[in-house]
Amino acid sequence: MTNRPEGLRARYLAAFPKTLDALPGAELGWLRSLRESALARFADLDLPEPRVEDWKYTNLRPLKASDLAVPANDSASADAPSGLPRFGDGARLVFVNGRLDAAASSPALPAGARLLSLGAALAETPDLLESDLGRLVPWQGEGVLALNTAFMRDGYVLAIDPGVEIETPIEIVFHGGAASHAAWHVRNVIRLGEGARATVIESHVGAPDAAYFSNPVTEIFAGPSSALRHYRIQDESIKAQHLAHVAAELAEKADMESFVLTLGAALSRNEIRVAIEGHHVECKLNGIYLQRGTQHSDNTTVIDHKVGDGRADEVYKGVLDDRASGVFQGRFIVREDAQKTDANQQSRAILLSPKARADAKPELEIFADDVKCSHGATIGELDEEPLFYLRARGIDTDTARALLVEAFLRDAIEKITCEPVREAFGKRVEDWIRAEKEGS
Amino acid sequence: MAVSADTVQQVASLAEQKYKYGFFTDIDHVQAPKGLSEDIVRFISAKKGEPEWLLEWRLRAYRHWLEMKEPDWARVDFPKIDYQDLYYYSAPKSKDDGPKSLDEVDPELLKTYEKLGIPLSEQEVLAGVRNVAIDAVFDSVSVATTFKARLEKEGVIFGSFSDAVKNHPELVRKYLGSVVPPTDNYFAALNSAVFSDGSFAYIPKGVRCPMELSTYFRINAAQTGQFERTLIIAEEGAYVSYLEGCTAPMRDENQLHAAVVELVALDDAEIKYSTVQNWYPGDADGVGGIYNFVTKRGACRGRNSKISWTQVETGSAITWKYPSCILQGDNSVGEFYSIAITNNMQQADTGTKMIHLGRNTRSRIISKGISAGRAQNTYRGLVRMGPKAEKARNHTVCDSLLIGDRCGAHTVPYIESQNASARVEHEATTSKVSEDQLFYCRQRGIDEEDALSLIVNGFCKEVLQQLPMEFAVEAQKLVGISLEGSVG
Repeated sequence: MTNRPEGLRARYLAAFPKTLDALPGAELGWLRSLRESALARFADLDLPEPRVEDWKYTNLRPLKASDLAVPANDSASADAPSGLPRFGDGARLVFVNGRLDAAASSPALPAGARLLSLGAALAETPDLLESDLGRLVPWQGEGVLALNTAFMRDGYVLAIDPGVEIETPIEIVFHGGAASHAAWHVRNVIRLGEGARATVIESHVGAPDAAYFSNPVTEIFAGPSSALRHYRIQDESIKAQHLAHVAAELAEKADMESFVLTLGAALSRNEIRVAIEGHHVECKLNGIYLQRGTQHSDNTTVIDHKVGDGRADEVYKGVLDDRASGVFQGRFIVREDAQKTDANQQSRAILLSPKARADAKPELEIFADDVKCSHGATIGELDEEPLFYLRARGIDTDTARALLVEAFLRDAIEKITCEPVREAFGKRVEDWIRAEKEGS
Repeated sequence: MAVSADTVQQVASLAEQKYKYGFFTDIDHVQAPKGLSEDIVRFISAKKGEPEWLLEWRLRAYRHWLEMKEPDWARVDFPKIDYQDLYYYSAPKSKDDGPKSLDEVDPELLKTYEKLGIPLSEQEVLAGVRNVAIDAVFDSVSVATTFKARLEKEGVIFGSFSDAVKNHPELVRKYLGSVVPPTDNYFAALNSAVFSDGSFAYIPKGVRCPMELSTYFRINAAQTGQFERTLIIAEEGAYVSYLEGCTAPMRDENQLHAAVVELVALDDAEIKYSTVQNWYPGDADGVGGIYNFVTKRGACRGRNSKISWTQVETGSAITWKYPSCILQGDNSVGEFYSIAITNNMQQADTGTKMIHLGRNTRSRIISKGISAGRAQNTYRGLVRMGPKAEKARNHTVCDSLLIGDRCGAHTVPYIESQNASARVEHEATTSKVSEDQLFYCRQRGIDEEDALSLIVNGFCKEVLQQLPMEFAVEAQKLVGISLEGSVG
């Protein structure tokens, strides 16, 4: 299967010349050459194999061999279905099959802030993107990112001027429609000026049983003293493949909070790479992954402390049932002279079924001496003792297990500082646990 | 902050003096011609009068090695090794005539070991000084083994690997390569092709080895690789504690040391393996020193068996070493206690693998990495819970200490669990020697060097106390010496 000539790579390479002119910004020379270089890298690299160290625990061979269609050229987008997630009444963009659904979107923001699609941004203000697009994403070294860079289309661009604070959460919905066997490569850009503040909630959802490949890549430029809360819920169709990459650059005193709740997809990976470029930065990366059946979820994070005085905090928790597998890879890099860095990471996974599996690789790479860095990782089943304690009080086993799972996940949920999101995500976690209890 | 800028100079001035084992013994020796080929493999095998099967075994390993690539995943950086520019066999000439007892050993050699603080005379034990049987390996051959008779009385076989091939071929054939197959990795394959000597220990059923067994490895000749092979077998209910020490002369060239150690523990057996590795680390600018590329692995084959690795790694320019345990037998236990100290330009990439296959298997990892000067120190480890490792447990603690702002400390643990009832716990920290601790010591009139040594010894205590007493004293001193000059 893997070697058949019409594998995913071959189809993308063949489609590129025909697609190039239809991609946004086709008339921009710099973007064309960026896409062409990225395609050349993809031709060399292909999607990573498990022997690539960073992809040791996530196998993309089925995706490589799949008969997914390359992104279509037409500009028509399917209509957004009703009942898509809504957290408040803030600005909102809806993408269906990777294309903006303008009718379902309401992008209006107060003065000093803009929310638009990548295509619109490239048409209106290409200069703003020229120096930055693709700068944070190491597409030269990795096939998934090279592919996205060559084919990137739509996605959202959020730009907030210095000093502007947007209180209401901005909502982005990516919906995978019933049109099966499609792939899309969205590219998002968030740019916060000095002192700007915003909250972004991304929902990645899909029609039940739709089989598609969603490949969103986000570049975040957080200016000095800016604050970004970036929340994501990944509840794709159970047959979807979801490979997300977030690359962020934090300037002095920037504050970034990220939370990823992973529920859906057959296979998913959330990779976050943060470069700390200024002093006194705060970076919080948290997440929960709940998987059952044969689902596979990979959470990979890298926080690169290039200068000192930064603080990083990370909590990832996973619950895995049936034959599901979960991966956590978290690396802290502290460069020479990045003194007074304080970084802490916790990753914990609970296996609910004998066939579930978890892999963890927490890494420290430290080149400065005056630092405090630590990580802790645990993998195991639910504790027997509290289970016994609850049973002794007349609580049945299923209820007791559900309670303990909820308690296990609680402190990760509590890390979400935006209240409506904390409640909504908390509710989704409870739903998952309830389904678990009823299913067992 | 903690360390002033003149650290580097301090280190430089001290580095030369501190390696007291850097002398060279001028002794007649026979060498194989330079380079590596099937002929050299045959030469070594013939020199040792080996049976045909072992020669074939070596040749298979050699042919496999030719097709392998040198691993590059470790966080170590060194110029490419020219494998044709090495001598693969070197032995003191006197060995050719074969000393029958200690009295016949070349006095030059005895003096060498005396100088290293390892007297090979058996008298001392009477005075109660030491109760350790020693196998002394000089370049490619074992030159002497003490207390053989006493051990034989108990049924313990201890001596050079070559003797074991001659006298106990059935044991060697049964176990050689059964834990570390010749094709395991690049350096193990190389070792399997050209290994020259090493130690062999066999503890029969139910025997508690009456004394500690020890091998002392010495690289002496220039441009020589040392490829020793150690095999220790503890039968049902047996116990043995084994110590290993190593030194080499100071030279401007890099010398390769690629050893393989295999341990087999059957039901209820226990093997305690301790290493104080003090190969020449090179000078302050990273010139010279030993490349220590070692494969060490123990198989807990039997129920309730136990293998414990304790290592104090202070020497070598580059260390690439992952003593591991395969926990096959139900209820078996694996332990890894490690202190790795790197100073100046040293690089160490070391850790362990605990492969849990049986039920109720338990493992414990305590790793203390100390990095100073411009050194890079990496802990790399794997804990794997197999699908059948019901109720298996692991606990891992990796602590790193940084002394100076130009060194690095890295932690790369891999944790894989395929059994829900298994429990893996891993924690790691990185910090520096605190100003407060240093100040507190200084205030009490302890000078900075001693204070540092005291603090570092405290940091290492959990590992040091796992060492047999004599070794612990030695190791404690070594910890202090290795860090000399790293505070300004």
